[in-house]
Amino acid sequence: MNDMAEALRIAVTLVLSGDGDLWEIVLLSLRVSLSATALACLIGMPLGALLATQRFAGRGAAIVCINALMGLPPVVVGLMVYLALSRSGPLGTFGLLYTPAAMIIAQTILIAPIVAALSRQVLEALHLEYDEQFRSLGLGRVAAIRALLWDGRFALMTVGLAGFGRAIAEVGAVIVVGGNIDHLTRVMTTAIALETSKGDLALALALGLVLMVLALVVNAAVHGVRNSEGQLAHA
Amino acid sequence: MRDFIETGRREAPRLTLSDLSVEIGGRVLLDRVEMAVPRQGITTILGPNGAGKSLLLRAIHGLIPHAGRIDWGQGAAPRQALVFQKPVLLRRSVAANMAFVLGRDHARSHALLAEMGLQDRADQPARRLSGGEQQRLALARALATDPELLLLDEPTASLDPASAAMIEAVLRRVAARGTTILMVTHDIAQARRIADHAMVMCRGRIAEAGAAMRILAAPATPVARDFLEGRLVP
Amino acid sequence: MTFRALTLALALCCASATSADTPSILVQSTTSTANSGLYDNLLPRFTEATGIAVNVVAVGTGQAIRNAQNCDADVLLVHAKSAEEAFVAAGYGVSRQDLMYNDFVIVGPADDPAGVAGLTDAGAALSRIAEAEALFASRGDDSGTHKKERALWEGTGADPDAASGDWYRETGSGMGATLNAAVGMGAYTLTDRATWLSFGNKGDVAVLVEHDPALFNQYGVILVSPDRCPDVKEEDGMAFIDWLTGRDGQSAIAEFTIDGTQVFFPNAPE
Repeated sequence: MNDMAEALRIAVTLVLSGDGDLWEIVLLSLRVSLSATALACLIGMPLGALLATQRFAGRGAAIVCINALMGLPPVVVGLMVYLALSRSGPLGTFGLLYTPAAMIIAQTILIAPIVAALSRQVLEALHLEYDEQFRSLGLGRVAAIRALLWDGRFALMTVGLAGFGRAIAEVGAVIVVGGNIDHLTRVMTTAIALETSKGDLALALALGLVLMVLALVVNAAVHGVRNSEGQLAHA
Repeated sequence: MRDFIETGRREAPRLTLSDLSVEIGGRVLLDRVEMAVPRQGITTILGPNGAGKSLLLRAIHGLIPHAGRIDWGQGAAPRQALVFQKPVLLRRSVAANMAFVLGRDHARSHALLAEMGLQDRADQPARRLSGGEQQRLALARALATDPELLLLDEPTASLDPASAAMIEAVLRRVAARGTTILMVTHDIAQARRIADHAMVMCRGRIAEAGAAMRILAAPATPVARDFLEGRLVP
Repeated sequence: MTFRALTLALALCCASATSADTPSILVQSTTSTANSGLYDNLLPRFTEATGIAVNVVAVGTGQAIRNAQNCDADVLLVHAKSAEEAFVAAGYGVSRQDLMYNDFVIVGPADDPAGVAGLTDAGAALSRIAEAEALFASRGDDSGTHKKERALWEGTGADPDAASGDWYRETGSGMGATLNAAVGMGAYTLTDRATWLSFGNKGDVAVLVEHDPALFNQYGVILVSPDRCPDVKEEDGMAFIDWLTGRDGQSAIAEFTIDGTQVFFPNAPE
């Protein structure tokens, strides 16, 4: 079994040769998963902040539910989105099935609970520290949440990365709603699944290596942002 | 029983507490407190750990629910600020911590930082300052709200003598400008240095109140005497 | 409500990628035609000839049919004739046409524990596998290949379901995954020849049983009914079917080879 060495060789060749198809797939993967991460942060972080700061009936149940939703199986999310976006489904008129938009929606649903649950955890600790000071300053609810989100931004970047990691790595949802259509909805993970099903294990593994490098680059970029601003950072 | 502080002047007090009680989890932590805080000068609340001093400040500041009345004299509650024992600073620069309260009033921010000896620290992360600098920044931020009543919860408890002296000097100036200061402290020597008025608290009640010089020199009640002589066990 | 708004926003921002300045059709297809590389050969020619882009979703025949029933296709290209006819009879599709054929083969480990190598009777081979209780990997996913395999078992009198999880292993996966599993466990399995020839992870598994008329594998092509699914691109879909079954398409199918071997044999009616 020389597959590992062979995979490494193919991976390097693919990247160095500037293979057009590969770049198309890489860019679509990034576009889909980064968009989904951005949307999930827009939804999940304020939601996490609300759960962290507000006391209301059913809060405990809501937290348990969101925590449980972190374990959503991608295939199930894919199926739900498929049924919603199918031409015979309730949102079929938009014609989104088998488009990158459908993949973004599915991944957003998949990772928004992760972002919300982890944000809640991070912001609750910060809220405990800041609450009395903010009330002392007479800060309104919205202003307090904005300040919490801003001051928690470094921890929240890690939360965003956790969501991104889940999105870029999942195959179950995007293959159902995207259809793995060549030059349209093929991303890294569905390409890997395809090459595996063709029995081209070395190429599949090579694509996997490229995917890992991709995740590494994104994480390093965020780490760089953290550190350059992190001088202001604050224990 | 009412323990009014002899103010020496015919001026109405800044605030008067009547029958103020706080109960948490079935335990009475403040027990029908009656007190008045004079408008002028620095009032210190002395007392052993667990006497309810911090709780009293929080109740006055409106951070915890309470029974009884707080009377602010004529009209509504004054502008007030609370400086916590452990300064709560935002994870931002010193200047941004000031801007959080002041907005774009850079001149005011600069003046307040200069008063606290922090003018060279404006661009540094607030949470990287030393303990004394952090507390001075917290104080500067509190003063930025222009408080008529400044509440301080053991602001120098964990500071070295030089830092404590710096804060005490600022407090004297602030009091001289007409701001009422109500400060919790364990530090009897500090009370001697800066307090105009003092009250001794124990087990959720005010044991004795009056002019600081008088109480610190010759406490009238056994509780106050025991505390000042270091014999009071909470 | 917010979900709807979000969907709309996404639809707008991604419109350029999808709504197509060029016309396109969506084909729900069996995997064998995609994985073997046939489409890579056919589709560019069709697009060049007509200007219509073809988007292919390659899934098992069973799932392809279900997706088409949900109107998520313009054209259906699969290989399970009776299921296709049922699809048309139920009104989901119009004008099913034979397109091409190839054949299934039974592959298995080279040491051949059930002794089926060289047989040309698939039913007899399966009987021997059942008797020997040799490992057999089944698709188990209601695909065209799976339907064919079940039909072959019917004729043997053996009851593989009784041995499910024992020597009869249902992967519930696509052809490629099932082949990977068969190679990994040293199991027999039924596969279409095109997928097998283009499969890259053969290990020590080889073709053992072939050339039984019962292993004939007919592919059909169907236009999804525009009456039932108003979004179906009838004209472009029909153009694709006409091209496939016409002279150009049929000869393109015949020209496609894997390692010099022709794997699909056009047989659309003249």
